Amino acid sequence: MRDFLASIGYSGWVLPVLLVLPLLGVVAIQAEGAVSRRSGSDIAAQGAARWIALLAFLAEFVVSAGLWWSFEPASAGWQARVDIPWIPEWGARFTLGVDGISLFMVLLTTFIMPLAVLGSWTSVRDKLRGYYSLMLVLTTGMIGVFLSLDLLLFYVMWEIMLVPMYFIIGIWGGERRIYASLKFFLFTFVGSLLMLVAVIYLWLSAGRGETFAYEVILGNSGQFSHHAALLLFGAFFAAFAVKVPMFPFHTWLPDAHVEAPTAGSVVLASIMLKMGTYGFLRFAMPFFPSAAMYPWVRATILSLAVISIVYGALVAMVQPDFKKLVAYSSVSHLGFVMLGIFALTLQSVQGALMVMINHGISTGALFLLVGMIYERRHSRLIDAYGGIARVMPMFAAILTLVSLSSIGLPGTNGFVGEFLVLLGSFRVHPYLTLVATTGVIFAAAYLLWAIQRILFNRLDKPENEHLPDLNGREVGMMAVLALAILWIGVFPAPILRRMESSAAAFVQTVESGARRGALAEPVGPIAVNGGGR
Amino acid sequence: MRFDLTVPWQLSAALGPDLLLAGGAMLLLLWCVWRPESAGHQRSVGAWSIALCVLTIAAVFWYGHQQVTSGPGIIAVDSFRWAADLIFLGATIIALMLAMDYNERERITVAESHVLVLLATSGAMLLAASRDLMMIFLGVELMSISVYVLAGLNRRSAVAAEAALKYFLLGAFSTGFLLYGIALLYGVTGTTNLAAIGQWASVAGRASSPMLLVGIALLLVGFAFKVAAVPFHMWTPDVYDGAPTPYSAYMAAAVKAGAFAAFFRVWLEAFPLAAPSWHGALWWIAAITMVVGNLVALAQSSIKRLLAYSSIAHAGYILVALVSGTALGAASFLFYLTAYTLATMGAFAVVIALGQAGEIRLAVTDYSGLWRVRPWLALAMAVFMLALLGFPLAGGMGFFAKWYVLQAALRAPQPQTRLAVVLVLTSFVSAGYYLRVLKVMFMNPRAADMPDPMRVPALTQIVIGFAAGLLLVFGILPSPALEFSRWGVSVSGPMAETPIGPPLTRLDR
Repeated sequence: MRDFLASIGYSGWVLPVLLVLPLLGVVAIQAEGAVSRRSGSDIAAQGAARWIALLAFLAEFVVSAGLWWSFEPASAGWQARVDIPWIPEWGARFTLGVDGISLFMVLLTTFIMPLAVLGSWTSVRDKLRGYYSLMLVLTTGMIGVFLSLDLLLFYVMWEIMLVPMYFIIGIWGGERRIYASLKFFLFTFVGSLLMLVAVIYLWLSAGRGETFAYEVILGNSGQFSHHAALLLFGAFFAAFAVKVPMFPFHTWLPDAHVEAPTAGSVVLASIMLKMGTYGFLRFAMPFFPSAAMYPWVRATILSLAVISIVYGALVAMVQPDFKKLVAYSSVSHLGFVMLGIFALTLQSVQGALMVMINHGISTGALFLLVGMIYERRHSRLIDAYGGIARVMPMFAAILTLVSLSSIGLPGTNGFVGEFLVLLGSFRVHPYLTLVATTGVIFAAAYLLWAIQRILFNRLDKPENEHLPDLNGREVGMMAVLALAILWIGVFPAPILRRMESSAAAFVQTVESGARRGALAEPVGPIAVNGGGR
Repeated sequence: MRFDLTVPWQLSAALGPDLLLAGGAMLLLLWCVWRPESAGHQRSVGAWSIALCVLTIAAVFWYGHQQVTSGPGIIAVDSFRWAADLIFLGATIIALMLAMDYNERERITVAESHVLVLLATSGAMLLAASRDLMMIFLGVELMSISVYVLAGLNRRSAVAAEAALKYFLLGAFSTGFLLYGIALLYGVTGTTNLAAIGQWASVAGRASSPMLLVGIALLLVGFAFKVAAVPFHMWTPDVYDGAPTPYSAYMAAAVKAGAFAAFFRVWLEAFPLAAPSWHGALWWIAAITMVVGNLVALAQSSIKRLLAYSSIAHAGYILVALVSGTALGAASFLFYLTAYTLATMGAFAVVIALGQAGEIRLAVTDYSGLWRVRPWLALAMAVFMLALLGFPLAGGMGFFAKWYVLQAALRAPQPQTRLAVVLVLTSFVSAGYYLRVLKVMFMNPRAADMPDPMRVPALTQIVIGFAAGLLLVFGILPSPALEFSRWGVSVSGPMAETPIGPPLTRLDR
């Protein structure tokens, strides 16, 4: 496989193609629209749009899948790098590259997107061309965020995702869609603007006003005074913590997730939430290690992570609305990611990356399942169901499997990530980890309790007696997800192998940077609460 | 080529494009009265006016390409002038195209309206060219008086008459301030030439002379009125709201740009040494303009008033470039102006396209569900709103424009960090009203009894498509526009010699 990929020069063109392909899909959808409008066919029947979108996403997945083989696991550097001048006047370049961290984010994106299209196959009936065009544009933005190695390009991609998602929630969402979309936009936008100020400062200081290149800025970031590093880290933190979302910046999330159409929720949960944690891994921590590892900063973030874990789980437990329950469970899961990243051991960081992947798969699957019963019954309330395992056995089986993976049962993907995070964090922060572990128990409580009330109680509502079971399309997409869940759960080694050197490099960069900062700083050694390994 | 401005024919040659436009306008005026008023005549005069503008653009290009310069004198022959002229002329062509369609719909057959636009543009070009306070006064008057008439062009409309009267009275008042300021400056320095004033003030101790300061203050009031900066902005919403929409667009773009061009030149060439005394005042005007413009815009329900307050807010952003007081600031001004002109005029063009005879349907809520009936129009409006918001890619150039201004503020010899923060925070506030337009267009349902918008006339369509397209192209590849704005401060003129601050080396100052 590698020889074949090398023979077609794969790594030379794959990354730009990944960005362009969805846009070609948009062009195709609009061209098809223009043709069918001219020929006077029924305007409401825009079904071709979803086929085009599906094909574009499948092509995108096939193209990106080659990265799995062409990726060189031993190297922590950038691979498949592309570097083209963009705005020479300001030194901005169109620089793309993957490492062991972004590789999986890209693969996760291209894996989830076709499923998201299938998930909205019948539930979105209005203005299909606009809807699928926005999904495609969104994909370009998301992949761009994960691939950008130029700070300005990253910022542009980061912002551009906002617009399609704003429209997807606001036009095709539920009852409170307008409120939810505005809240989503404004929360993210205010964080991004603070990041913008930091980007300008980095460009003018570390980049000398001449370059936005990631390596250059990383190399010069040691020059900041402690005070400046704290401020800059704070600006990046604002952008990323909103996106993660960490308690107490999470309040946009339940609204946006619940009001978004199914595919929107899937994309939000599976991919967009990862951008916050990805931002910490790629930018905020390597740029400002001394600020991120400063005792009270680190203690605050670790505490917030643990609060997110427990708080998200507890709030999820009392939700009457199943979609909201899943939304709050995301807060809890992403808390594990933040814990793993800031605990800063090799296991915990690898675990955090695994949780990012697993949460993408499991929570995406949960949102798809919620969408399926909502389409049939038009209610998301847990109380509206009960005993539907009897009428929808296939649905029940899959929901149970996915819930177990979300809880983290050994043998499913969820176990691998959370176990590694807890293992890695326990060595440096035993007490915090102890508290975090309760999150796993609470997860079992809220999900098992919820599926008990949905699937297994008495079938006492007459409306539920004739719910049709999953159809072929739905079973097909869930089967793909179930395979992924089991494969990662049983044999995660290929994934861990590919992310290991990048994760190690991350830990090493941050630790050495923090140590250097600590030496320069008279305040005392950095990791007071046992950070030394 | 180098002009000696003391020789009359060389002075005339240095004013070539200006004379071409003004002279052509006179000829067109004769052509106007040659035929009786009719819709067809109105269109043909409009077409000739556009042709004249194109010719003038060609002349400006030629002058710019020849890199002509001049000795000292009352007018500037430098690339800043040519760059500003190109922006004015572009805005004029857009306004003329919009006015031709608009006048036809509103049954306005006064062909002279187009000539008035040309004369106002001559005034703006004079402002960009003048290096003498008397010339500035002439430019301001030529521009303003033409625009007063344009604001009241629609005689059947009471609001237009009110707008014109209000504009005229307040405008005359502010011109009085300007003139009094000029008189005081002449009284204290004995000259009206900008360079000579700068030289006079360079003698130690003179820069803080009270009469000079009062003169500067009065001049500041006059300019702040013309560019619609808070607290001298009260006329703006009423006038933009009442005036015929193409002329609102013209006022928001070209008139403001002309005043700003003179503002920059006076402040950078005549008063750089008095900076300590005016810096604080200008700083506060910029900050308050951004804050008030954006906050009040949040409460507007009429789209024209919303755009008027947005134009006030943008005057504040441009003032940030002026406060930085460098050539980089002037370059960022040219870039910002290009983006702002395209976005604002585009937005007004959409307002015209959706308005109906008699200027009804101007509430933001009249755009409910526009996406369902006119998807491309709604998309174009979305681009303009996001450009004004300064959003990357989807808003095209708007983001880079704000970036450029922020950069100029931070790289000034005294970095304007706090002003940059105000700019960013008020941009966030502006999301509140720009997004409201998007929300209404895309997310609100369309009421069943709402009539479909009329067919958009061809010229208006071209304007909208051109503005949105250009914004998006420059939003992806801004290099040509950056080159343009850099060129605008490159050739001769004292502005090219003002320093660009070094990149920041330490962040904690």
